[in-house]
Amino acid sequence: MARAVTTQHKTIATAAAWIVALLIFFPILYTIITSFKSEQEAIQGFNLIPSGTFESYTEVQAQSGYFKFFLNSVLLSVGSTILALLVAIPAAWSMAFSPTKRTKDILMWMLSTKMMPAVAVLFPIYLIFRNLGLLDSRIGLMVMLMLINLPIVVWMLYTYFREIPGEILEAARMDGASLWNEIIYVLTPMAVPGIASTMLLNIILAWNEAFWTIRLTTTDAAPLTAFISSFSSPQGLFWAKLSAASTLAIAPILIMGWFSQKQLVRGLTFGAVK
Amino acid sequence: MKLRTLTLGLLSASALAFAAHAESITIATVNNGDMVRMQKLTDDFTKANPDIQLNWVTLEENVLRERVTTDIATKGGQYDVMTIGTYEVPIWAKQSWLLPLDKLGADYDAKDIIPAIAGGLSVDGKLYAAPFYGESSFVMYRKDLMDKAGLKMPDAPTWDFIKQAADKMTDRASGVNGVCLRGKAGWGENMAFLTAMSNSFGARWFDENWKPQFDQPEWKKTLQFYVDLMKADGPEGASSNGFNENLALFQQGKCGMWIDATVAASFVSDPKASKVADKVGYALAPDNGLGKRGNWLWAWSLAIPAGTQKADAAEKFVSWATSKHYAELVASKEGWANVPPGTRSSLYANPEYQKAAPFAKMTLDSINAADPTHPTVKPVPYVGVQFVAIPEFQGLGTTVGQLFSAALAGQSSVDDALKQAQDAATATMTEGGYIK
Repeated sequence: MARAVTTQHKTIATAAAWIVALLIFFPILYTIITSFKSEQEAIQGFNLIPSGTFESYTEVQAQSGYFKFFLNSVLLSVGSTILALLVAIPAAWSMAFSPTKRTKDILMWMLSTKMMPAVAVLFPIYLIFRNLGLLDSRIGLMVMLMLINLPIVVWMLYTYFREIPGEILEAARMDGASLWNEIIYVLTPMAVPGIASTMLLNIILAWNEAFWTIRLTTTDAAPLTAFISSFSSPQGLFWAKLSAASTLAIAPILIMGWFSQKQLVRGLTFGAVK
Repeated sequence: MKLRTLTLGLLSASALAFAAHAESITIATVNNGDMVRMQKLTDDFTKANPDIQLNWVTLEENVLRERVTTDIATKGGQYDVMTIGTYEVPIWAKQSWLLPLDKLGADYDAKDIIPAIAGGLSVDGKLYAAPFYGESSFVMYRKDLMDKAGLKMPDAPTWDFIKQAADKMTDRASGVNGVCLRGKAGWGENMAFLTAMSNSFGARWFDENWKPQFDQPEWKKTLQFYVDLMKADGPEGASSNGFNENLALFQQGKCGMWIDATVAASFVSDPKASKVADKVGYALAPDNGLGKRGNWLWAWSLAIPAGTQKADAAEKFVSWATSKHYAELVASKEGWANVPPGTRSSLYANPEYQKAAPFAKMTLDSINAADPTHPTVKPVPYVGVQFVAIPEFQGLGTTVGQLFSAALAGQSSVDDALKQAQDAATATMTEGGYIK
């Protein structure tokens, strides 16, 4: 009897999980379906069966050239992630292993910078970029994306590092390891799963960032977010083309997320039950 | 082998030398059919000007507006040519943010630009942007439904006739709405339509002393008429319908009439996209016998920011893209019906264009019926038919648009919406120093 109840609960829980997952995924699915419709089909109300035309993909590629934007997205998301890790690993190390009474305040302050609307600092940032000659440059945008995601990266790494016993680092120090060796050869290898999941999440966040990547670029450094935004139109039909551009833009990150979902989930739930 | 290596080396060196010599200009533009077509035809320009390379930045209209405003206000210098509208040109030209276009070439024939459009793009007699395509608004209607209703659309209808026709054409059982109008909030969405409509009802945004006029009877008449008309004969959920939504409804045969941009004519008469392509008639925007019609005037235009380092190359491009030669190029490649409309008088005198575009005469008459310098029945201190050419208008127009959209959705009464609009406008104008 108890087993029957347990099985029933499991079935209900599984069904509920599927329904929630489908609800969350549905907008992406509908975007993909719409990308295989003609513009006329796309505006004719809700319809899950497309005619299967590739005309939007052909037009999108002919109009904008996907690969240049794709390459910029890869360079910006990977580059900004490497920069963020270079800054965040030492920062998280010092907060995790040499905390002061202000460490928690600093962490909270870092997180609070994420609460400010980006548009509030658009003008100062734009002027700084202009004066430094960084408008439409990949380096400038990498630094910007690194700074935007740094609070989250530091927070995540701090949480992982806290799980590593300080005694191991002390033992390394006793054996004569320098600070640099301690971080490179002892701490980093032990935190590889945490660093990997932080890296993956940061790549996804940088890939999807649309406010700054659209506003600080024109042609040379423009990533896929700028590619998508060019297909919206005030006068005329554009839903199928916009859907095709969106599908092309999210496909790489969706595939990457699919293959690394175990690491991502593990990283995101690390320490959550404690 | 040696010869081949030498030849390759020489070719590479000359390519590098060319690349170093070539000047590249960056053009910011919106994604619409005419602009996309121009990007495909630029070989014609680069062949004639091999030392100029073109880089395109295509953006959604609101993002483009924000990007170019940021760039021009901070003298960022990211763009050498900008696509802007009749709203921005007078404001930016007065701020000295744009270069006057006085080197467009001997054969450019600037006098051929339709006077109403040229007026909207000039300050103190100087042209600051060259029109790429221009539009007004007019009535598009279903001739078959009009016949069924036993009515005949005049060339210049009144609002009372529109109401009468809409009532007769509405057939909810068949999914036909008598009239489709913009309801989506935004200064360029419902407020473009309502401001133009209010002109024909004798209303105005401000009096000569910049005092807001939403508390006057003319605005009450305008908004009440609009809300009543849409409630009786408009589509469901009209408060979220903009140009594209109404276009889709009309093309699917769900609107008896649609009053909107003249460029829509080419979409609704396209048999590939529209179910009612062969049943569409056109008429001037309605009036109330007060001397002003409810039509607007807009031109997407190419301008050169004052901060550019490549003014000569930029002006060469602007001249090419807005020339008679470009119109002929489009006609030769894609037919006369695809030539950007509403900019040059010569296009409307061309019999081939008249044949290809049955809406040509009505478009020109609509453009000519709009006067951006005297847009209203009573005098006003501003320029602009469906907008007020002051920097504060973007924000204020959208706020008022949200209030009027809420009135259409039934979330507030017409009186409440007008009172709140009056308060918002008074606050904005006081803050801006217009009201002392």
